[in-house]
Amino acid sequence: MHETMVAQSLLATISDESAKQNAKPISAKISCGTLNAINNEVLCFAFEAIAKGTMCEGIKLEVEHKPIRGRCKNCKENFDVALPEPRCPKCDSGEFDLLPDAPLMLEEIEFETE
Amino acid sequence: MKVNVGKRILSANEEYALKNRQFLTERKILCLNMISSPGSGKTTILVRTINALKNEITIGVIEGDIQTDLDAEKIRATEAPVVQIETKGACHLSAAQVNTALNRLPTDNLDLIIIENVGNLVCPSAFELGETGKIAVLSVAEGDDKPVKYPAIFARSKVLLINKTDLLKVGAAVDFDIERAKADARKLNKGIEIFATSAKTGEGMAGWHNWLKKQVKNLQGA
Ligand SMILES: Nc1nc2c(ncn2[C@@H]2O[C@H](COP(=O)(O)OP(=O)(O)O)[C@@H](O)[C@H]2O)c(=O)[nH]1
Ligand SMILES: [Mg+2]
Ligand SMILES: [Zn+2]
Repeated sequence: MHETMVAQSLLATISDESAKQNAKPISAKISCGTLNAINNEVLCFAFEAIAKGTMCEGIKLEVEHKPIRGRCKNCKENFDVALPEPRCPKCDSGEFDLLPDAPLMLEEIEFETE
Repeated sequence: MKVNVGKRILSANEEYALKNRQFLTERKILCLNMISSPGSGKTTILVRTINALKNEITIGVIEGDIQTDLDAEKIRATEAPVVQIETKGACHLSAAQVNTALNRLPTDNLDLIIIENVGNLVCPSAFELGETGKIAVLSVAEGDDKPVKYPAIFARSKVLLINKTDLLKVGAAVDFDIERAKADARKLNKGIEIFATSAKTGEGMAGWHNWLKKQVKNLQGA
């Protein structure tokens, strides 16, 4: 449900960038971590609704979900932590520290070119 | 034409979270953000904890609710300072709302602030509030598969309270494997402290209270 608020911030950020570029946006890539708890359909639906009638109407959103990352305590390798049995892919140790979650980012905007 | 942007979308919230964190750090106040599904027992736990620790640490509460201030009423009965935030439909508290609430609490006298977030196991984790740590509450009525289904919140919490353990004794009413839930929560978060509690009978609450006292002591360097 918090996707509505995320969509509003996203719309504001894309609008700012588009004004700077003085161009019409056609698609945007965003990335997020697990704590952001983004549901793609909900976000796209919310964005579509609030973008109506703005310069962002109809733009396509692409969402990349970044996994939880861990750092092996044994060999210091960074890796994707995945259930059911998270293990270091390099040394097979099960001892690791969690790295900070990825933030919600607007990565890239594609603009119309004339 | 593609343009790299690399901008944080929730930076407005993050700025407030940072302000809150500085505010709390300067005053050496421990701040915990309690997250759970509705009805897992957050308010009941708070009331019992405040009453049990009354003579040892001073606790202030920020209550987040979609509507009504019923929970704040319950906290007020303990005489602990409480600020209610009605989110008017939003499924989470924002750092800006917590900032306002912090300014309305008598923070000069507080050791600990507990934020009862809006009842929702998923959305609140997306909004940092500037807290020292998150506390996840899971009641045995919700099923022992929650840590597997919602790993993010359990991975990022300092403490997991498995509440309503009294229901396990009533017979076959509730089927919840505490050891399974603990093992699953620890797979992603080896350091998580887990206490099995009943806020109704008080069983198991002492471990949680001792943890709180220790954290406050460590922070204040006493
Ligand atoms: N049996 C039992 N009921 C509890 C326990 N803790 C809370 N409850 C009940 O669960 C309901 C919801 O509790 P509440 O504290 O309002 O949950 P919250 O929505 O997380 O704040 C209330 O009826 C409580 O009396 C417990 O440990 N055991
Ligand atoms: Mg409550
Ligand atoms: Zn390793």
